[in-house]
Amino acid sequence: MTRPTTASERPAGPAGLDPGAFRHLADAQVNVELDTGDMILNLGPQHPATHGTLRLVVRLDGERVISADPVIGYMHRGYEKLTEFRTYPQVTTLINRIDWLSSFANEVPFLDGAEQLMGIEAPPRAKYIRTVLTELSRIATFLLFLGEMGLQVGALTPAFYGFRDREHILNLIEAATGGRFHPNFNRIGGLKEDLPWGWMAECRDAMKIVFDACHTFENLVLGNEIFEARTKNIGIIPAEVGASYGVSGSNLRASGVDWDLRRDGRPYLVYPDLDFQVHTHPDGDSYSRYVVRLEETREAARMVLQCLDAMPSGPIMAKVPRIIKVPEGEVWVETENPLGQMGYYVVSKGATGPFRVKIRSASFSNVSILPWLLQGVYVPDVITILASLYFILGDIDR
Amino acid sequence: MVSAIALLALDVGWGTTLALKTIIVLMVIPAGAIILGYVFLLKMMSHMQSRLGPMDPGGFHGWFQLVGDGIKFLQKEDVMPAESDRRVFAAAPLVVVLSTFLIFAVIPMGPDLVVKDLDVGVFYALAVSSLSVVGVLMAGWASANKFALLGALRAAAQLIAYELPLLLAVVGVVVQAGTMSLQGIVYAQRDGEIFGLTGLGEPFILTQFIGFALFLVASQAELTQTPFDMPVAESELVSGYMVEYTGFRFLFFFIGEFGTAFAFAALAATLFLGGWSVPGVTGDWANILGPFVLFAKLMFVAFLMFWVRFTYPRLREDQLQALAWKVLIPLGLINILLTGIFKVAF
Amino acid sequence: MPKLPGLIGGLGVTLKTMLRPAVTVQYPHEKEAPAPRARGVIALKEENCTVCMLCARQCPDWCIYIEGHKEQRPPRREGGRPRSVSVLDRFDIDYALCMYCGICVEVCPFDALFWSPEFEYSESRIAEMLHDKKRLGEWMESVPEPEPLEVGADSGKKK
Repeated sequence: MTRPTTASERPAGPAGLDPGAFRHLADAQVNVELDTGDMILNLGPQHPATHGTLRLVVRLDGERVISADPVIGYMHRGYEKLTEFRTYPQVTTLINRIDWLSSFANEVPFLDGAEQLMGIEAPPRAKYIRTVLTELSRIATFLLFLGEMGLQVGALTPAFYGFRDREHILNLIEAATGGRFHPNFNRIGGLKEDLPWGWMAECRDAMKIVFDACHTFENLVLGNEIFEARTKNIGIIPAEVGASYGVSGSNLRASGVDWDLRRDGRPYLVYPDLDFQVHTHPDGDSYSRYVVRLEETREAARMVLQCLDAMPSGPIMAKVPRIIKVPEGEVWVETENPLGQMGYYVVSKGATGPFRVKIRSASFSNVSILPWLLQGVYVPDVITILASLYFILGDIDR
Repeated sequence: MVSAIALLALDVGWGTTLALKTIIVLMVIPAGAIILGYVFLLKMMSHMQSRLGPMDPGGFHGWFQLVGDGIKFLQKEDVMPAESDRRVFAAAPLVVVLSTFLIFAVIPMGPDLVVKDLDVGVFYALAVSSLSVVGVLMAGWASANKFALLGALRAAAQLIAYELPLLLAVVGVVVQAGTMSLQGIVYAQRDGEIFGLTGLGEPFILTQFIGFALFLVASQAELTQTPFDMPVAESELVSGYMVEYTGFRFLFFFIGEFGTAFAFAALAATLFLGGWSVPGVTGDWANILGPFVLFAKLMFVAFLMFWVRFTYPRLREDQLQALAWKVLIPLGLINILLTGIFKVAF
Repeated sequence: MPKLPGLIGGLGVTLKTMLRPAVTVQYPHEKEAPAPRARGVIALKEENCTVCMLCARQCPDWCIYIEGHKEQRPPRREGGRPRSVSVLDRFDIDYALCMYCGICVEVCPFDALFWSPEFEYSESRIAEMLHDKKRLGEWMESVPEPEPLEVGADSGKKK
């Protein structure tokens, strides 16, 4: 039977409508015939610019974007369902992998919530080490950002410098926890074990390298007039629009909003005792997002040095029973993760594992602003904007 | 050495000479592409990125890598997209490589080592180098791929826009030398004088520094290298107009890209640095030393081009065009004006 | 001194990096030793294992396969009753599934599992990634000594 092609041959669909009338809304494919006027371009899910399996269906008029739709879910791993059948240590292992570049920071809010439900507090030394490791993962992920934003804009070399300098941080995390990317170091009540001999001295050396790296990126990328021309006034997020879409973290601070959960939210870890600055930038463009993250990397290195200087001695684990059953209750914890504001809503029914965990990931909300942000920009600017928002697919899709 | 001198003194017919010259040009381009590719793309870029580059192929610092890559490309399956225009698809790389080979017909490597010293050598070289635009458009259209088409259209606009600064930079040299023939320009540099000082020659880079800078920037754009590599934007279009090409067709594009880099570096060395000439050396010695001197000078120019390529991000298409039309062309015109004034006044 | 335009500064950075030695470690000719705590592979000390099945139960991926049986041993003293002892028949870890989280090593009450930084045990087929207790026992040789802790650590208390 031949496929009907003209409108008169097709049978009428429900409500008497011609199904062919909606064909232009069908899923976009690459290599479809060029529509007269607009062109539908599929960026992804396999694309070097989209940091993973993000699909962006853009409608183009020449090189200008008319509308853009992010299609997410290609990396959905069912975290919230997985946590329903796992114990707390097992969940800690899993949630390392949500934002894999700064994985220690993912564990902190979840275990903070469990500790709140149990009513215990980690000893001071454990809190200091947790802070150090969180800031180290912040440095690690931002060094990657500083490098790969240069790559997305066209310069090949900064990416290699980012990876090269990140190695020092990853070696530090490996020496302390055993894993470069997935530390799995937090436990309810404290940490798994203490730091090895000589770690603090190595950490101080690594911070020197981080300061040098920030200086290098300033010279190579930030000061470059071509980079400025490519990122200034591109992708401006006004503060109110950003806040209404739920954009958080460095993206919002780059629009001038002075909001940092380490200082303004519920106090967690040792941030109330540390002396640090929150960096903002008045323009909301891609350039300012780069500047803010560069400054935050430096700030994180300074915080690490402060923590190392003030590190107390003592145990790293509070008194907890052998088999941990968290009492009934619900708690919401949110922290300032490198990607933005991350939150966990933990519901416990007294078992060895959580009953339900709702994960509020930063990148999910950061990406939701894309349809608004990408209207009327050129295709190369789409790439720049995606790079400057800095999302991780594991964080979007969980 | 003795046999080289003897060869140059041999009286061979024009057919043999033509055949010899053709073979030499055909060998020089891939060899030049491989040398440039290895030294700059594989080794210099790697060291600028704190890494080593290939070390194993061939044993000594991976010198065999590109040759091995070439052999690998030759044995690949010839894949064409189903909807592509087969003849145009197959012909596009040939057009690009053809323009590279044709430039070499006028570049002199010694007083007698040139395929044909045309009186309008410079004009011919620039005209022939713009043939590659046609090849790029053919490649982008015949690929039946939206990304390729975007890349090809960007490339066409860019290459046409940057022809003019290239030309204007060279016009300054032509005005100063008084001739369009490349051999004539080399002789003018070798035998020229700086403020009355003979014996040192007068490389035009000293007086035509604006022209040299313009030529470098414009040739960077002609080769679609960063910061002008929008057509081949790796992180967006994943090789732009070349994306559907595999196997030996891709090899042709690669040879075309690096061969043209070789050719433009040789042109820049000839026009601004004195080409094959060393001041004071004439006759047969010039014929023997010429190719090596030219090679050294063109490696220096290529180093500058590739250094910029690996450091800078890329300009967006409209910024690129604005740079060409609003900055480089006025600079080129001013350069010609100043050269003309100085030529007449002194 | 006026600030150099950023374009020149960038060129300086790449030139400086080019003139410094590269940071590449040419594996397999040169190798870097991972940290002693690095989670490379899990080693089994068979004599300590009492087949309590805690590790297999706590593994998030269920990649440990244990089989054992009980045997009767003669009593230690005269007149006592025979002791029953668990004997390990099969202890396989499927490294294709293993997440390298370390929960099994932590929960083992008898210190039969250890971390080792050994990482060069890749196979060419996924099915060959299932390692039995003999292989796991061989890796015990690469388990490092427990290292000294940092200044200020409370060395007495363990978890």
